[in-house]
Amino acid sequence: MQNTNKNSQLLWGLGFGIVFGFLLQKGGVTRHDVIVRQLLLTEHTVLIVMLSAMLTGMIGLHIFKAFGLVKLAPKSGSISQNVIGGLTFGIGFALLGYCPGTLAGAIGNGYLDALLGGLPGILIGAGLFAALYPKLQSKILKAGYFGDLTLPRLFNVKDWVVVVPAAVLILLLLILLQ
Amino acid sequence: MEFLAAERWSPYLVGIGIGLLSWLTFLISQKPLACSTTFAKSSGMLERAIRGREVADKPYYREITLGIDWQFMLVIGIVLGSLASALLSGSFKLQWVPSLWDEVFGSAILPRLLVSLMGGIFLGFGARWANGCTSGHGISGTMQLAISSWVSAIFFFIGGIIVAQIIF
Repeated sequence: MQNTNKNSQLLWGLGFGIVFGFLLQKGGVTRHDVIVRQLLLTEHTVLIVMLSAMLTGMIGLHIFKAFGLVKLAPKSGSISQNVIGGLTFGIGFALLGYCPGTLAGAIGNGYLDALLGGLPGILIGAGLFAALYPKLQSKILKAGYFGDLTLPRLFNVKDWVVVVPAAVLILLLLILLQ
Repeated sequence: MEFLAAERWSPYLVGIGIGLLSWLTFLISQKPLACSTTFAKSSGMLERAIRGREVADKPYYREITLGIDWQFMLVIGIVLGSLASALLSGSFKLQWVPSLWDEVFGSAILPRLLVSLMGGIFLGFGARWANGCTSGHGISGTMQLAISSWVSAIFFFIGGIIVAQIIF
């Protein structure tokens, strides 16, 4: 029983991935140029895709959460983790022109710089991190630790007090980016 | 079925699609859309295949556990889904150097490959340091209103925008 369930979840993962990859490719974000133009702020496809996903997802997930249908799992973090890690990621984002998900999409799209440059690179980068992890873990990664805090818990308000204004803000931003 | 063969869809529609997809991943699999841990697992599994079992005992790999899981299949699916979409629209092409790169730095393959490799290293290292990437933090985490994800997503773009402005 346990095993069948695990196998069916692996199949669900594959199926969700196929849809995700299909959408990413149709959105144009498996292309280096689309991502770099976003970072050069000359085209906003990446932000539009992300913000539309965020808006749709945020509203749905919080409704499901209110009905007890889903359990959210916000990641824990720290200032050093998310700021330094975020900036490091950003450097790679600009140099490579793909992020991990769109890298997989770019490989499917036939882009060889993704397959033979980005993919080995990301494996090396992740391996380096794993090698350094014992040294980083107890000190620098914990600096400014705030755990799995969410915006509603930070302000100590009900989810909707954040979700509704955030939805309005994202919607305004999406109209602005048009 | 014509829309399946279109080269591009509206980014608004694509985003809404990804949002709806994340409803399903939470409802059916209790999982967010996320990718970068899979690359860390792959790196660990590759190293284990070369250097032997004790690799799995590294503290980081003990934490994330090596093996094929839901997210690993998701990433395989992304490759296949993108391939299917590209084939259906005729936009699949084997390409070494992206056109924007070509305009600025020329069509030589080696420089592009080396910079991609370097970019990948920063990306892989940074994603593990931040504990997430553009999908895990940028989309799935922000929609859960996680502080870690909002901070990460903002700094992904700050770093990316600065470096892109410098090199292009």
